[in-house]
Formats: sequence, C-alpha cells, structure tokens
Amino acid sequence: MSDYPKVARVGLAGVVVTFGETLSESANLAAIAFRAAVDAQAWGDVQETASSLVSTFLSVDLTDVSYDDIRQRLLALLDTRDWFDVSLPPDRKLWTLPMCFESHVAPQLKDAANAAGVSKKAALEQLVGSRTRVITLGFAPGQPYLGLLPEKWDIPRQSELTPNVPAGALVIAIRQFVIFATATPTGWRHVGQTAFRPFDPHREIPFAFSPGDEVRFAPITLSELSHLEGGDSFGGAEWECIG
Amino acid sequence: MTPLLEVLDGGPAITVQDLGRLGHIAQGLTRGGAMDRNALYEASALLAQPVTAALEMVGMGGSFRTNVDTRIALTGAPMVATIDASPAEWHCTHLLPAGSVLKIGGIRAGAIGYLSFGGGIAATKMMGAQSTHLAAGLGTILSTGQALELNGDRGGRVDMLLASDDRFHGGEIGIVSSLQTDHFGGETLQRFLQTGFARDARANRQGIRLNPDGEGFAAKGGLSVVSEIIVPGDIQITGDGAPYVLMCESQTTGGYPRIATVLPSDLPKVAQAPVGAKIRFRLYSFEEAVAHEKAAQAALRSLSSRVTPRVRDPRDINNLSSYTLISGAISATEDPFAGD
Repeated sequence: MSDYPKVARVGLAGVVVTFGETLSESANLAAIAFRAAVDAQAWGDVQETASSLVSTFLSVDLTDVSYDDIRQRLLALLDTRDWFDVSLPPDRKLWTLPMCFESHVAPQLKDAANAAGVSKKAALEQLVGSRTRVITLGFAPGQPYLGLLPEKWDIPRQSELTPNVPAGALVIAIRQFVIFATATPTGWRHVGQTAFRPFDPHREIPFAFSPGDEVRFAPITLSELSHLEGGDSFGGAEWECIG
Repeated sequence: MTPLLEVLDGGPAITVQDLGRLGHIAQGLTRGGAMDRNALYEASALLAQPVTAALEMVGMGGSFRTNVDTRIALTGAPMVATIDASPAEWHCTHLLPAGSVLKIGGIRAGAIGYLSFGGGIAATKMMGAQSTHLAAGLGTILSTGQALELNGDRGGRVDMLLASDDRFHGGEIGIVSSLQTDHFGGETLQRFLQTGFARDARANRQGIRLNPDGEGFAAKGGLSVVSEIIVPGDIQITGDGAPYVLMCESQTTGGYPRIATVLPSDLPKVAQAPVGAKIRFRLYSFEEAVAHEKAAQAALRSLSSRVTPRVRDPRDINNLSSYTLISGAISATEDPFAGD
C-alpha cells in the first residue's frame, strides 16, 4: 500500500492520482472523494476532472501548466488526510430503479446463481436487496459500473459472448452490475431488465448518474416493465439526495 | 430569408464538427470534435473569423447548394472540388453564389476534408457543442436531401490561400511516455520505435489501427491492467499485438495497456494518414514534447499571417463583381484558441 497514492502524468493531457493497483472498495472511495476535493479547490488550470475505478484524473494542458507545480499542489492536498478512510462526498443521489427479474427478461439469473453457488431464490433475494454504488461510468456514455457485491458474486465473465443483450439489461460479473446503455454483445450474465436508460442525450438531464451515487432496485412484473417501456427514458426511476 | 445549406448528395460519412464538448469525461463521454482540429483553425484563419463548426468529410465529399451568397473555406485533406463545374482549389476560400452547386469528390491526399462557411453552421448545440458524436448517438451522419441552417455570411475576402503543412501522408509521429509505458519494458519500447507501421483500413472516429511490419507487441505479464483513464492519442495494444491510436470518440477508460501517447499536435497527421500510409514513431522526452507543443501552438496562432491572396488567372474569373459580398469584414479573434 505504501506505493499509493501515486501521482503521474497522462502524456501532456493531464495528471492522474492512483489509489491502488487493483479495484478495491477503499481505492474506489478514495478516487471519488479525492476528485470532489480537487473540484472544491477550483484550480483555474484544471479543465475538468473524472474518477475511474481506482484513480482521479485532472485534465490539464501540461504544455502550458507546470507539471511540478500541479504535482506539488496535489501532494499537499493528498497530505491533508488519510484517503483510504474517507466518507463519500455530499450531494450524491440514491436511485431507486424499477427492475424486472422475471425469467423472460432475466434469462441468466439461474446460471449466475449457479456460478455464485447459491439457489436461484437466494440469488434473487440478494440482487433485489442489494444497494450498490456507482464505482465509475464508462465503456458507453453514462453507463454505470455498480459495486461491489459480496465476495460470492466474484463470478467470472462467460468465455462465450452473449451475441446481443438489449439496452436496459442488468448484467452481472466480478462483483459488479452494469446497466447497458445500448444493445451490445457481452460476457456478463443477463439477470434483470429495466426501462431506465442511464444516458439519453435528448433528456433534460442526459446523464443520470455521477460516480458515488447509490442504486437499489424496486422489483416489477413483466407487465409493469412493458408499461414503463412505453414511457420516458427514466423508466420510472426515482432519486433522493443523500449526504 | 433563412440561409440554408442543402445536401444534394450526402456522401458516406459527413458530419458537423466543431472543437468538441468538454466537461463530460467523468460521465463516460469523450470530447469528440473534428478529427483534424488544425483544419478548423486553418478555416478560421482563411475566413478571418473565430473557429466555427464545419462539415467533416471522411474519404469523399458530396454536393451542396446554398440559397444565399456565402464564402466557403476548403481545408484538411485536399479533395477534387468544383463550383458550377469550375475547379475550386483546396486550402482556399471561394465565393459560393446562391444557387450554385459545390461538388466535392474524391480525396487527393490524406483522409478527411473540411468544408467551412463564412459565419459558420447554425446547428443547435447539444450538450454545449455542435459536434456530432456518433459513438454517443449525438447527431447523425448527414444524408442526401437534408438542409442545414447557416448563420449567414457578413462577407469578407475570398480567393485567399493558406498553404497547408504536409500532414496527409503519414510519416514520423511524435509520442511521449504515459501512464502504462513502463508495463512494456525498455526492449519492447525500443522495438516499437524501430518498427514501421501501415495505417489499416479499420479506422473510425474512435480509433485507428496500425499494422506493424514485424511482430506485434505485448505488455509484460499480459493484458490484465486495471481500467484507467484514456486520453486522445493514447496508443493501445490490443489482443493481437497491433496498436490502435485512440481518437476523439474513444471510450473514456479502458483496460488494454497503452504503450505511449501521440503528441496532440501530431494527432491530425495520424487522422489524415490514408490507408496504407507508412508511420514511424519518435519518442520525445517530456521536456522536448512540451517545447514541440509550444512551437506547434505558436504556429497555429500565426496562421492568419500566412494567409495570402491566391494568384489566379483573370480569365478564370467569371464575374468579378460577385466577389464583393455584403460590406464589412469580420475580424478574427486575435487568439484562435479563445473559446477553445
């Protein structure tokens, strides 16, 4: 752990502060919290910031901004506290997403349960009862990686890709969920379906999620899903502020 | 009358592009914008106006007509162009009279041409920019029969020339080390620098594949690295060992290791390398890279001073009077990066 946090250049495009070599709850929380701390500094030479799984990125034009200078500022900010023992930043949202887990639209729930070594009934209870955090957004715009689920859900991706899961598919692997923004082939197992879309450029709020937001599911029937799919791209999702 | 541009024949891959949209990396949306940003700066200098959105034309152009007189600038990869059957030189501004047909055909060198208008395109901003971002479903490829609103041209000089640098044939591309360069080890990096590459046909606004003329490359210990931030220009090594240069519509993060990143000022050269063009990489130290970029930015800032009247044969001029547009030239901003 002594190697981290680490400050490094990203070519000439910016600086990254990394909190771990592999994904862990503490490194991800540190990355999200440190990004909020950098944003709060409102440094004029930082164009934008982002957090990924275990790191915080600052978009900075290193042609014009001295790397040594920004590095010193980052080291000083890192020194202000123990980033591996942080609470999450304020102004986050807790989302409640209507999610259908019926077999027609959750064709691999049983398969995922087998991989995790639990019964289908127990799997359903655990997934329905889960409360996960947006650990990062990516792959497609606004697409959330939600985690981390309990260890038993550290199930591998399938070696064979499922040729096409639809937009709004809830898929599971390696202690994480993804809600697909668009139809896509995937090695993750399809265990639920929602009418909610994480990104809709035509919506007043195009991106639903920010890293650090939390997500729980409200189980719905197939007919409720079909009703919601006739509505807007929020798919009946609701959110409240959490601190 | 609303100034309109009619797309008479759409070509396969024409989109509206400006300098892209900032501020959404955290939400998984890359900047996007013109693949060859220099072409927009050149058009800005030629038309003596701030950078505006242009039509980005990949591989070939199309046919266009406007309902008002407007100046146009043709920049980026040179293409065969005519206005009502008279040849229209590339890297130049021209008057496009109302009702005339501008035909832009095949490419002469490079890969991507740009068509800009005096006053710019009036396409509505989506999330802060006019750029079409195909990977995100923001905007679409222009289709035949579509009409785009223009802002209208207040006029200015036409028949101006801005000789372009030679970025349309591949060649030497400057790179600098990045986050994961050390994962490859010195020997692999040396071999990478000694290897010649050819630009593959597999290329789009997300990335451009390069085929090595020898063996492929791999990070030490395989491909398993934690997913990390991607910036445009990153050279990602995929499963079969061939590099992809990630471009403006790439993903924002990725798990494939990246051996280095292309200097921002050399990215237009990568974008403009035609299929089969030979590419070699030259590694700059960080300090050398900064000096190189400062020089490149200074060159862009001085583009306006290099604009000259095109020497032309008076016999080519059909109607001299048509060169006076509505009076009053627009002054360019002093700094082409203003508002960038």
